[in-house]
Amino acid sequence: MEFGPHLVLALLEGSITAAVLALTAAGLALVFGILRVVNVAHGEFFMLGAVLAWFVSTTLADTFGAGPAVGFVAALIIAPLATALVAILADRLVLRRIGYDPERTIVATIGLLYVLQQATLMSFGPEARPVEAPFNTRIALPWPERVNGEWVLGYPWGFGTTSYKLFVIGAAVVVLIGLWLLLRHTTLGLIMRATEQDRDMARAFGIPVTRVYALVFGLGAALAALGAVLVVPIQQAHYLMGGDPLLLSFIVVIIGGLGSVGGTVVAAVLIGLTDGVVSVFFSATLAKIIATLLVAMVLVFRPQGLFGRALSR
Amino acid sequence: MSRRHPSSPENGLAPAATPDAAPLLPQRRTVLKALGASAATGAGLTAGAGTLAGLSGHVQAQSAEPIRIGFQVHRTGIGAAYGRWYDRTTTAAVARINAMGGIGGRPVEIVAEDDGTDPKRGAEVIEKFVRRHECDVAFGTLFSHVVIGSAPRAGELKLPYFVVSEGHHVASGMLNRYTLQPGITDVRSQVQAMAPWVAGNLGKKVTMLYADFAFGHDHRDYFSEAVAAQGGEVIAKIAIPPTETAFTKYFPKIPRDTEVIYHVMVGPSVLTFVKEMGEFFGPSAPPIFGFIDSLEAVDIASPGLAFLEGTYFWEGYPRYAQPGVNAFDAAYREAVGVDDNGASVTDGNDVSTYAHMFGCWETLNIIKAGMEAADYRGPADRAKLIEAVEAMEDMPHSLDHPQGAKRFNGRTHQTFGHQHISKVADGRLELVHTTSIEDTLYPDEVDYTTRSF
Repeated sequence: MEFGPHLVLALLEGSITAAVLALTAAGLALVFGILRVVNVAHGEFFMLGAVLAWFVSTTLADTFGAGPAVGFVAALIIAPLATALVAILADRLVLRRIGYDPERTIVATIGLLYVLQQATLMSFGPEARPVEAPFNTRIALPWPERVNGEWVLGYPWGFGTTSYKLFVIGAAVVVLIGLWLLLRHTTLGLIMRATEQDRDMARAFGIPVTRVYALVFGLGAALAALGAVLVVPIQQAHYLMGGDPLLLSFIVVIIGGLGSVGGTVVAAVLIGLTDGVVSVFFSATLAKIIATLLVAMVLVFRPQGLFGRALSR
Repeated sequence: MSRRHPSSPENGLAPAATPDAAPLLPQRRTVLKALGASAATGAGLTAGAGTLAGLSGHVQAQSAEPIRIGFQVHRTGIGAAYGRWYDRTTTAAVARINAMGGIGGRPVEIVAEDDGTDPKRGAEVIEKFVRRHECDVAFGTLFSHVVIGSAPRAGELKLPYFVVSEGHHVASGMLNRYTLQPGITDVRSQVQAMAPWVAGNLGKKVTMLYADFAFGHDHRDYFSEAVAAQGGEVIAKIAIPPTETAFTKYFPKIPRDTEVIYHVMVGPSVLTFVKEMGEFFGPSAPPIFGFIDSLEAVDIASPGLAFLEGTYFWEGYPRYAQPGVNAFDAAYREAVGVDDNGASVTDGNDVSTYAHMFGCWETLNIIKAGMEAADYRGPADRAKLIEAVEAMEDMPHSLDHPQGAKRFNGRTHQTFGHQHISKVADGRLELVHTTSIEDTLYPDEVDYTTRSF
């Protein structure tokens, strides 16, 4: 393929990665910013979203003869909510008991990762299962070509995308705008930001901090699950699919700045596009190498991340 | 106690739950007593059970001691879809063998262990078959990297290892005299038989998309050789990791002057691979020749696969029942629980890995024939068993070998059989060509019979 269309294709693929990554990493950034804990099981919440989406759409199709569009919309609502409930349960049963201690939370969430993964393996099984997209038509993309000395719009071979892939990018943008509105312009967002700034002052002002923690943990999981529901018609649902998003989310959150949701989104776009372009032109492994190198650079030269606040201690 | 207790109020620390250390000693003693008691009881129980078993062993005739076949199965990992069907086929084959009286009058017992489609685990499983389960032979591995990882250990432990893998590694001489592949043909013979048909009917400039591990490398190496012998050329070789989940990034590497796309993918995401390939090409796809591996356990009528209409597939064993072609197919399908569309009779959405799983059925029948020919009594006769199988050559088409007649090469430990090409028509696969066994033969690369045991 010629370089121009090849680059656009790479950027498109990168945009989809960036869109899903932005949602997933935003969830992780919220949890870290407000709860100040690292959730190693975050990728499993992503996986749960995809698996539940399959479950919802298949049940609706088999029991009620619902079409893929109905199944998808139902999955879009039910899967993140159900995943949030699982997360809130985990918060109640595990995180609260260990007092949100940073080291203990890492260990506990590693355990949670294995519990969720193996439970899914035992029930869902080891195969990948597809979820049908609500709509999916191929869109051939035009590219200016020089024919007989004149510039015309041609349709290069293989140069195209699908309507659903464009929808994923759009939907992620909408959700992120919604998240920003929630954080900046609602009381709930104000409460969350207050808890993030100073936990004890917030408590002094009568904010039920443990309840906010549970809510934020659930919201973080729901965002990851939402990203998975969007991506599952493109890929498939598989019990091991949480590994890659976990790694990339951590990379993005560290580069963006621990605790800064805006920085995380910017970093997700950066990493997603880089990943897309490098893996299309070179190899997927090289893309991961570059992303990990970027993290190393950030940790050495700017440990608070691109947009994070410098740590006081 | 002369030493001050570490958590007494004088040093400012909060008092411990137990006010002083003394009660701990009796607690420890009680625990040790309990451990000792349970160990004794456990030992006693197992000893008792062992004695009972020993007694019953003496009371019953020695021939009732079952033949234990260690089944190395991909229950999890990238081979899980194949593992599920290998399991069902194995169960059906053993049920049939036992219904016919077992092997030499002894019942067959399958001891299944999950290798996670992982080479390291595969070697551990082989170890377990010998040390823990006392199996007579091991069998059933499919994924080539697991075979390559496990076979050396089988050789070291002198355990006959009957693989159902399609990889060329057995016949290449890379492995050992204990590893055999008598029930399924290998990639080199398959691609050699396919190359003339592809070059003659579809095109001579081929772009290959293959899974990036041993099995896919066999395709890459031997198909390139075979198509060059037909005057063709592989103009691009695109390797894709079997764990990959997003495939669009690989397709722009396909050169514009490709005449034929050749694809063979494995792993859980094969449906995504084929779907995204269709999305990439749109209406202007070149002729496509794929190996059914890219769609094993996947319904060809899945959404997004309509572009496969009119394309061709290699099939080890045609998934859709072809009337009048195979006299033993119906009985085999019934035994294994597969309908005429190649899906489970209990769930039409559960599509089988029909082109591969017959290897388990046929291999178990070969193990039976080999053990009976060698008058196998126990692990001391393992070498005799291998020699008996090495002496086999022509295996006629029968319910023991429902895929078709086979010709086994005792020197290379590899079998040869008929290969099939099908066309996708009206959302089904229709057989269009069957090769002869001669089409698939290649010169020997090794003679395992010259190696010692």
